[in-house]
Amino acid sequence: MNEDSETSAPQAMVRNSQRVTNVPKKNLIRRMEPIYWLGPAFLLIAGVVIMPVAFMVWTSFRNIDTVGFDHGFAGLASYRNLFALPDLRPVIIRTIVWLISVVSATMLIALPLAVLLNRQFPGRRAVRMALVAPWATSVFMTAIIFRWMLQPQSGLINIVGHALGLLHNIGLTSAQADWLGRPQSAFVWMIIVAIFVSLPFTTYTLLAGMQAIPGDIYEAAKVDGASAWRSFRAITMPLLKPAAVVALLINLMNVFNSFPIIWEMTRGGPGDQTATSTVFMYQLKSSSIPMAAAMSVVNFVVVAVIVIMFLRFSNWKERTI
Amino acid sequence: MSIPVVKEAVRTEGVKRTRHRPLSTRDWLLSIVAYIIAAVFLVPYLEMIVTAVSPTNQLGTSRLFPSRIDFSNFTSLWSLGLGTNLGVSLEVAIGATILVTAVALPAAYYTARKKFRGRMFFLVLVLITQMFQPTALLVGIYAEFSHLGLTDSVFGLVIVNSAFNLAFATWIMTAYISSIPVELEEAAFVDGTTRFGALRRITLPLALPGIVTAMIFTFIAAWNELVVALMLTTTPSHQPLTVALDGFIGGYQIDWGHLFATSVISTIPVIILFAFIEGRVVGGLTAGSLK
Repeated sequence: MNEDSETSAPQAMVRNSQRVTNVPKKNLIRRMEPIYWLGPAFLLIAGVVIMPVAFMVWTSFRNIDTVGFDHGFAGLASYRNLFALPDLRPVIIRTIVWLISVVSATMLIALPLAVLLNRQFPGRRAVRMALVAPWATSVFMTAIIFRWMLQPQSGLINIVGHALGLLHNIGLTSAQADWLGRPQSAFVWMIIVAIFVSLPFTTYTLLAGMQAIPGDIYEAAKVDGASAWRSFRAITMPLLKPAAVVALLINLMNVFNSFPIIWEMTRGGPGDQTATSTVFMYQLKSSSIPMAAAMSVVNFVVVAVIVIMFLRFSNWKERTI
Repeated sequence: MSIPVVKEAVRTEGVKRTRHRPLSTRDWLLSIVAYIIAAVFLVPYLEMIVTAVSPTNQLGTSRLFPSRIDFSNFTSLWSLGLGTNLGVSLEVAIGATILVTAVALPAAYYTARKKFRGRMFFLVLVLITQMFQPTALLVGIYAEFSHLGLTDSVFGLVIVNSAFNLAFATWIMTAYISSIPVELEEAAFVDGTTRFGALRRITLPLALPGIVTAMIFTFIAAWNELVVALMLTTTPSHQPLTVALDGFIGGYQIDWGHLFATSVISTIPVIILFAFIEGRVVGGLTAGSLK
């Protein structure tokens, strides 16, 4: 709208309200206008989000050695090699377990938490602030702290667990538990950490959804003699659905792409026994770049499916921005 | 998208309305449950601080608290070269914040104020960027950036972090700007102000909460970023703090004292910064899909 600055103010207003006026000379400039304002943003997205997809697919069809030297076109060899790996199946199963357990537990814990934070009680603001800590802190930092707290001899979790007799109950008597030393228990703890770091965002999203429900609906229900539980079932649950679906999909995305938790706690090991497909992709990089690219493309398809679901469910078209 | 400015006003009003109600026993019970939950969320970070101020010879023993507080980890970490990594992290985070603001603000202003061809396309593109994460594109980013010679550089990390935080910034700024009535700007035109004068004196100050939220969020996200930097930087002096700390974990003997002293320095300011914008972040992350 640079060219408007010289014209008198009322004229500019008229033009603004009618938007498209027939000024043939300025038409081209006008049509180019979005490019000045949006061009930089578009360039950044194109260069860093769209181009890498092309590079990734291209790499997966090449024969590139670990030093990075390109030996030419390899067709679908990388994909065939990837799917022939005996380790791929357990990795995929683990990824599914990881996704379902983390996301469902997060949603189930976040809902009562959000209900709790939606009530008035003394110190509510302080509790809200406490939830900020895992959200603001780098996930990898939180994972490192948990790794420290899970140390067999000196870790806080073992010390407290022993003091409370919890470890005794699950059959760990004399020796302290080496949680991260065994793949199964390590994976369970990673799931717990993933839930821990996913809770704040999920809780706040559900809370925002609850606060958007008009209070008079609850008052009307109260007048009609509805119990608190009935109001929750009949009002909160259905009206919270959009927020819950959005939180669910964003969580699916974050948890699927989650790398730092597993990486910092076990490096995906021993071997790849605690790796999900995202960590496995990173591990593959050191043995075969094209296979890592092929794994990325497979992961990318999963991510794309989640994005499409998000676009369909989030109802963005109905919103007026 | 709903109007955040108005929503904030309504929220504070709601708090005032219910404040008069006396607290019942049930409320007190609920608050105790809430305090316990809050404590659980804080324990790891308190443990981080406790470990950082413990004398080295008391680490790895089964005591919960050290017998004395020792700040030597904080004074000696600079000799490990971590100061350089801290500097790289600052450069990347500040660079990304500036670039995101410079790119997202005009885009958000134009999208909020104009109907134009390709507007929907732009919004969907931004929404898709919002959903994708650099992890999913890691191999592609690496291939492209090594092609362009952008590995091991601050600039490379700045543009990656900018691109992936652009969506959040654009959404939240667009929401704030569209919640400001056009009439306010038009009134300024009547008074003889130019378009940019109106933008500077009316739109920007009113949209400031959104802009500040976007800036703080971008700063924190870039500051915390690990995966891309792990892939793109190899020279120790070009690595941000997250990658340097990841190197601690990879070692045979983990130097927990320095690891957590550095973590405290890089984490606590971020938590405090985040606390300022906490109330506005959800709207940007869910791309306004919640009414």
